Amino acid sequence: MKYAVFLGCTIPARARNYEMSAMRVAERLGIEFTHINDFACCGFPVRSTKQAFADALAARNLGIAESQGLDICVLCSACSAVLAEVNHAMKTDPARNSVINHHLEAIGRSYHGTVSVRHLTRILFEDIGIETIRKHLKFDLTALFVAPHYGCHYLKPSDAHGAFDDPEHPSSIGELIRATGASAVDLDRKHCCGGAVLAVNNDITYRLAAQKLESATHHGSDCMCVICPFCSVIYDDNQKPIEQHLSREFDLPVLYLTQLIGLAMGFDPKELGLNMNKVKAARILEKIESRSHHES
Amino acid sequence: MTDTIQHHESDSFLEEVRNEPGGESVFRCVECGICTSGCPVFSVQSGYNPRKIIRMIHLGMRKSVLESAFLWWCASCLTCQERCPQGVRISDIVVALRNIAARNDLIPDPYRIQEKRIAEQGRIYEIDEFDNRKRSKVGLPEILCSNEEVRRLFEVTSGESP
Ligand code: SF4
Ligand code: SF4
Repeated sequence: MKYAVFLGCTIPARARNYEMSAMRVAERLGIEFTHINDFACCGFPVRSTKQAFADALAARNLGIAESQGLDICVLCSACSAVLAEVNHAMKTDPARNSVINHHLEAIGRSYHGTVSVRHLTRILFEDIGIETIRKHLKFDLTALFVAPHYGCHYLKPSDAHGAFDDPEHPSSIGELIRATGASAVDLDRKHCCGGAVLAVNNDITYRLAAQKLESATHHGSDCMCVICPFCSVIYDDNQKPIEQHLSREFDLPVLYLTQLIGLAMGFDPKELGLNMNKVKAARILEKIESRSHHES
Repeated sequence: MTDTIQHHESDSFLEEVRNEPGGESVFRCVECGICTSGCPVFSVQSGYNPRKIIRMIHLGMRKSVLESAFLWWCASCLTCQERCPQGVRISDIVVALRNIAARNDLIPDPYRIQEKRIAEQGRIYEIDEFDNRKRSKVGLPEILCSNEEVRRLFEVTSGESP
């Protein structure tokens, strides 16, 4: 199973813990990643100000993967949405396709719509499967209560992603969490971290994020589980500022799904970059360890 | 002026939005309010109301929409457009409105800075030697950014000649 891995802007600069854990877990499961240095921004951040530029950036990345005969595995949900959306348009909207290819011509590239774009989480869920993942686990995380956070763009726009999971009542991350033995806490269906408005109105972001943190702690979660560096920047990196802004306290560790699965696989927390998480996950490790000692 | 809807400012605004990529579905709104009822931003900040934005477009309130602060408060979560019974692509309409605002030089600074960085270096955050050293320490491959192609794409999509 070979993919061009698409990291986007945020992960290599701000989420090395995600990248490390994703690489280790993928390798263990037999997923082979090809790094393509020519990949640049997915286009998402410039959609609001210059759609044509965003479309061209997305299609450029797709065209590069196509020229190497590789499908794309995306780690960031925002990247996955914009790449999937433009990919969908290239196949269904001839007018947009011709504008985009006209722009790509200027840099000697093209895209013919043959690449598939999927989030790593989706590949774990659809291709690898719960049973195979279970076979690779060393520890049972039964003691943990984990609140899945789906975010927005992993599932939406559902027409572009091909509705592999119900965008209103999703279950894929919950099932992957349960594969580790941990319990997936069922939270309300508000799925937006508010990350997209952080720079223009942080009050909105903080209030939105607090709703989710509140609901997760209220339901007794040991940690939250995310699959997008944006969501992690909000819930983990910004958890202190959120607490200060709203005079609240959450102290809720936020782990990437790949860190959680990696822990269950028996990787050292450092190999999964757990030391880089802002809200310290020591309590979680203690819980896992006391349980595994108990078992042995 | 209060924030209630007041009067027509432009008769052609609806056409302008409809002709902007992403704005095509603006005609189909029946004002049911499903978008607003599920909008996470509205739930914490009632000054942002997607149904009202669509209505303001229909009423031709060009200036009030394009110069508003709220235009930039949509979190692009797509909840509204997945639920709209009329197939109105609300989030895409907001993107269309922002693109029109941007061409009229009405861009919040963070967006302006972000666009400039991406056009110049191909990504939001540059990966320099220091970052690459940190990456290799934890077993991650080096990232080399070449941005010539992206710079060129920015030019051609901005309608600038070579
Ligand atoms: S949900 Fe659709 S039809 Fe209903 S008010 Fe919103 S945009 Fe209009
Ligand atoms: S995409 Fe924007 S308008 Fe629609 S529900 Fe989300 S925040 Fe509200």
